[in-house]
Amino acid sequence: MSAVFPARSLADRLTALFWRKPRLLLVLLITPPLVWLGVVYLGSLIALLLQSFYSIDDFSGVVVPEFTLKTYAQLLKPQNLYIILRTISMAGAVTLASAIVAFPIAYYAARFAKGRWKAAFYLGVMLPLWSSYLVKVYAWKLILAKEGIVTWAANATHTGGLLDAVLALPVVGGNSLSTSYIGMFLVFVYIWLPYMILPMQASLERVPTTMLEASADLGATRAQTFRTVILPLAMPGVIAGSIFTFSLTMGDYIIPQIIGNSSSFIGMAVYQLQGTAGNVPLAAAFAVVPIVIMLIYLTLAKRAGAFDAI
Amino acid sequence: MTTAVEFRAVSRHFGPASAPVKAVDGVDLSIAEGAFFAMLGPSGSGKTTCLRLISGFESPTAGEICIFGENVSATPPHLRNVNTVFQDYALFPHMNVRDNVAYGLMVKGMGRAQRYAKADEMLALVHLDAYGSRKPGQLSGGQRQRVALARALVNEPRVLLLDEPLGALDLKLREAMQDELRALQQRLGITFVFVTHDQHEALSMADSLAVFNNGKIAQIGTPEDVYAKPRTRFVADFVGSSNVLPPALTRSLGGPEKWASLRPESLRIDPEGRLQGTVTALRYLGAAHRVNLKVGEADIGAILPAGQPLPEPGSQIRLGFDATALHIMDEA
Repeated sequence: MSAVFPARSLADRLTALFWRKPRLLLVLLITPPLVWLGVVYLGSLIALLLQSFYSIDDFSGVVVPEFTLKTYAQLLKPQNLYIILRTISMAGAVTLASAIVAFPIAYYAARFAKGRWKAAFYLGVMLPLWSSYLVKVYAWKLILAKEGIVTWAANATHTGGLLDAVLALPVVGGNSLSTSYIGMFLVFVYIWLPYMILPMQASLERVPTTMLEASADLGATRAQTFRTVILPLAMPGVIAGSIFTFSLTMGDYIIPQIIGNSSSFIGMAVYQLQGTAGNVPLAAAFAVVPIVIMLIYLTLAKRAGAFDAI
Repeated sequence: MTTAVEFRAVSRHFGPASAPVKAVDGVDLSIAEGAFFAMLGPSGSGKTTCLRLISGFESPTAGEICIFGENVSATPPHLRNVNTVFQDYALFPHMNVRDNVAYGLMVKGMGRAQRYAKADEMLALVHLDAYGSRKPGQLSGGQRQRVALARALVNEPRVLLLDEPLGALDLKLREAMQDELRALQQRLGITFVFVTHDQHEALSMADSLAVFNNGKIAQIGTPEDVYAKPRTRFVADFVGSSNVLPPALTRSLGGPEKWASLRPESLRIDPEGRLQGTVTALRYLGAAHRVNLKVGEADIGAILPAGQPLPEPGSQIRLGFDATALHIMDEA
């Protein structure tokens, strides 16, 4: 009697094995990325966390590998607290502004753009991401400089007085846009905007049209529909986007160096502490701050029901 | 009797004006207050667009729509006193059942205690008293449907619109909901307008119905009328799969030379019968058998009650019917 099935190759036997034990395949596929995530990604983060509990010997400048809270006490000194507060304020303002600017764009792209227009939208949002970050920041420095196009345009349209009034504002103002917090804020919003638009658009796209119709049908005005249906349903996307803009702003150390009045931000502090100053423990403690803030932020967002629609 | 909804020469065209897609094409319609009105038709026939014209999600390209005598053609949906039960229910996933039902009252500014009391009352009406604090995602299809119903009814609409209300339910539940909807409508006395492609649903639930085809109303009347006296070939075929007889065959059966319809259930095996043909297929339907017959060029179906001797496929048989069963249609 001849065999019903032809002789099987090694590949066939492997396929059969995976078919019988689908979990085996899953484990094989997922182990390498999990190792990467666990060891390289989270492992280095934990190493960083540990470093922040070490301290530096004031005389020799050598790191003392003993558990202490001294470094954190240092973090709470006024000049360091100001850095943290400054960074959080900037990150908060940038996130809020990005959300406000991004929402209409994301809404249009999700609800109305079709075919060619949708492609144009993606291209328009992504295109700035393809060019070098440094080039963009320096370009903005030129745009915002006292001799730059903004000043020129303001003078040409006889709104120079308005620009001067804005620059005369306490704290956020300055000599020119490129040396003020306002300028830094504008550049941050420009640089991180795509990271807000894309997750927002993805979440808005998942809100079915009938949901909006149902709301109108039940007597809600457009504003009520926006507040009670669209915004809560888009909230996961808004939160995702705000995580990007918030944490990217908090960690950035280049824009505050190039734009603004050279007051220090968390990223700059970390950069200087682990480089020139050689104070790795304090740098690590600074780096822990954004992590803690993000955890607090996400907890609050969850408690406010931002993830109810997931 | 008051007219709840009236269409006067209403059209809704989509696409460019040079080559429009006429979703609704010159429809005149009047739905009496308190009616249980069905819009029946195949997909793409314009019935759903008509429903959306009443709710305000579509604006007529031409014509007027009146709700209780008031021209609402330029009134946005949220200002119309009609509510819709959507085909996919469109429950808000981020709110619990009670908040969903109370939504219409909330946006009108009713206080929390009062609107929750009303919502609970409505939930009791649809037998979901115990489900107020659940999320829609935790409910079955039938329960979601009831929530959608309660959410619409709590606003005390003068007209309730239902878009394929039972389409997503399984057979058993569908039949139960049919009875329940019917009872609810009679109890509340609200005008119900529902869209369906299921002729059985339309016939069994509605007290009057409009059959749509290609954006026009092919026939409007009571279910009995539409079923027994179809006006066009389309209606005869679509409502209850009637046999449509070409003029020549009608004449050979003793009628005028016009299109006619002959219900499958009005036929019986009769050696003296006037319809003679070859059996092409037999289909078992449970309570009956369907016999397909080739008579000349025409395909004729007959429904024979179970328990009768059945003809063999390929054999020649004769079918008889009462003279009154042959319905002559207006259509040329």
